Amino acid sequence: MSIIVNGKPHDLAPVSLAALLTDLGYGDAIVATALNGDFVPAEARGETAVADGDRVEILAPMQGG
Amino acid sequence: MLKLYGHAVESRLLLGTALYPSPAIMADAVRAARCDIATVSLRRESGTARAGQDFWGFIRDLGIRVLPNTAGCHTVKEAVTTAQMAREVFGTPWVKLEVISDADTLQPDVFGLVEAARILTGDGFQVFPYCTEDLGVAERLVEAGCEVLMPWGAPIGSARGLNNVYGLRSLRAHFPDIPLIVDAGLGVPSHAAAAMELGYDAVLLNTAVAKAGDPVKMADAFARAVEAGRLAFEADPLEPRDMAAPSTPVLGKAFLE
Repeated sequence: MSIIVNGKPHDLAPVSLAALLTDLGYGDAIVATALNGDFVPAEARGETAVADGDRVEILAPMQGG
Repeated sequence: MLKLYGHAVESRLLLGTALYPSPAIMADAVRAARCDIATVSLRRESGTARAGQDFWGFIRDLGIRVLPNTAGCHTVKEAVTTAQMAREVFGTPWVKLEVISDADTLQPDVFGLVEAARILTGDGFQVFPYCTEDLGVAERLVEAGCEVLMPWGAPIGSARGLNNVYGLRSLRAHFPDIPLIVDAGLGVPSHAAAAMELGYDAVLLNTAVAKAGDPVKMADAFARAVEAGRLAFEADPLEPRDMAAPSTPVLGKAFLE
């Protein structure tokens, strides 16, 4: 299925948001996630299913003013 | 001592972490500014490049408190979701809330700002709203639960200084007990000193330091200006007057005609 991750389509077959992060190599990286515009806390990623066409945002600390 | 949401702050200069020539220069500038608080943000992370992890390592090594922003958000929904993500990543309830209305001026969308502030304070956030000097909006933000206000000096990155001194002075007089921080638009240390002389509790800036020819030296200059401006405010400065007033005593002057 096609999932939009950080604005780019990925052909993935994960069952959960946690599995998607593992598949894409985030491992133990400090990131925050959102699914279709809604925040998904880290502890909820394992039980959060992703579906075809979903938009996932994976954000990390960055410089800011 | 200045307290922001109950947290005692030694330095009255808050510094941004963006736009520096290198992470090392950013770290040196933060040290030269002697600041306790630096603003940070969130951006998309690649699973392979992991630029954000390196940056976060730099910040943690500096041992300062971070104030995450919602820069670039144009809607309440975007800003609230970004704040929620920032709280998890940075482990702080503090958020510099930005809801932007116009791309040319980066002027705050004050309607969205009040709405987002109300949602976030209800969710346990401690909101630092990037606002204008409008008294009515400031009242609404305080009603929404904001215990700090951050009016702009001028549009972000414009280096114009304090565009509306009268408005900022009115805001200070209207809210004598709420910490007020001039955020954005400062260009040179004298702008920061002017804000502090008005009785503002602190200033927040980024571009003026990061884009200076020597960011580290400029950070030091701003730190001194903020300290000087605060001292001047505490020393109760003279009011301006239209006519001259001789400083050398007239009494006892020789008659030499």
